[in-house]
Amino acid sequence: MTITINHFLIVSFLLFSIGFFGVLVRRNFLTVLMSVELMLNAVNINLIAFSRRLSDLTGQVFSIFVITIAAGEAAIGLALTISLFRQRKTLNVEEADTMKG
Amino acid sequence: MSAGAAADVAGGALLTGAAGWLFVVFAVLALGTAIAVVAAKSPVHSALYLLASFLIVACIFILEEAEFVGAVQILVYAGGIMVLFLFVIMLVHQRTAPGTATFQHQWDVALLFLPIFLIPFLYILGTEKFPDMPRNADAFRTVGTRVVGNTEAVSWALFRDYLLPFEVASVFLLVAMIGAVVLGKRSVEKVD
Repeated sequence: MTITINHFLIVSFLLFSIGFFGVLVRRNFLTVLMSVELMLNAVNINLIAFSRRLSDLTGQVFSIFVITIAAGEAAIGLALTISLFRQRKTLNVEEADTMKG
Repeated sequence: MSAGAAADVAGGALLTGAAGWLFVVFAVLALGTAIAVVAAKSPVHSALYLLASFLIVACIFILEEAEFVGAVQILVYAGGIMVLFLFVIMLVHQRTAPGTATFQHQWDVALLFLPIFLIPFLYILGTEKFPDMPRNADAFRTVGTRVVGNTEAVSWALFRDYLLPFEVASVFLLVAMIGAVVLGKRSVEKVD
C-alpha cells in the first residue's frame, strides 16, 4: 500500500469535518471543546504530512506551536465551563445566550 | 547514494509497504474514535474516546518519523489536557434529564454543510498535482551535516530559527494561565 500526500489530506479533512460537525451540533459545552481539539489535531496531521513531503522541519515546529495553543485554549475553555456552570447550573450551550455576566 | 535508494525516496510516496497498511489501520481507528467522541452521550465517554483518538494520532506522527511531535502529543494532550478535561467533568456534576437530546435540532443542516466543503476539496485534490520533488530521507535527523536524532534536530530549529515565536508562546501560556485562574476562582464575598 503506497500512501501519498492525498491520503493524508483526506484523513485530515474527514477528521476536521467530524470536529466541525461536533462544534455545530453538540449541546454539551464540554463536548464542543473536545470537538475543537479534534479539529486542531487534524491540522497537525496536515502539517506533519507536508513537513515530510517537503523534507522540511518547519512543519514539525509549527505543529508543536499548535499543540501549545491547544493547551492554552483548553485551559481557558474549561475555566469558562466552570464559570458558566456556577452561574447557570447547566452546560447547555443554548442556555448561555446573554452577554451580561 | 545508490540509484535504487534515490528512486525509493523520489516521487510522491510518503509511506510504502507495511507502513502504508499500518497508516490505513491508524486512520480508520482515528476516524472511528473521532465519530465516537461526537456521538457519545456522556461527556466521560467522549473524553475517553478523545484520549484514544489522541494516542492513535500520535502513532501516525511516529509512523511519519516525527517522533518528537508524537511524544509531545502524548505528553501534552493525553497527559495534560485530558486530565484537565476529566477534572472539570468531575467538578461539574451535570444531571441530564432522561429526555434531553444530545444534539441540537439543526444537526441535519450541519450535515448539509459537508458536501458544500467536500466537493471543492475533492475537485482541488483531483485536479491539482503537487510537484514531484525528491525527498531527503534524513532531513528530520540532521543538523547541518551531522546525523543526530529527531529531537535534537527539532530543538535546533526551534531555538535557533524560531526563538521569537517560542518566547511569544511562553507569554501566551502565562496569559492563558492567569486568565484561567481569574475565570475559575470564586469571588471572595460568596465564599464567606
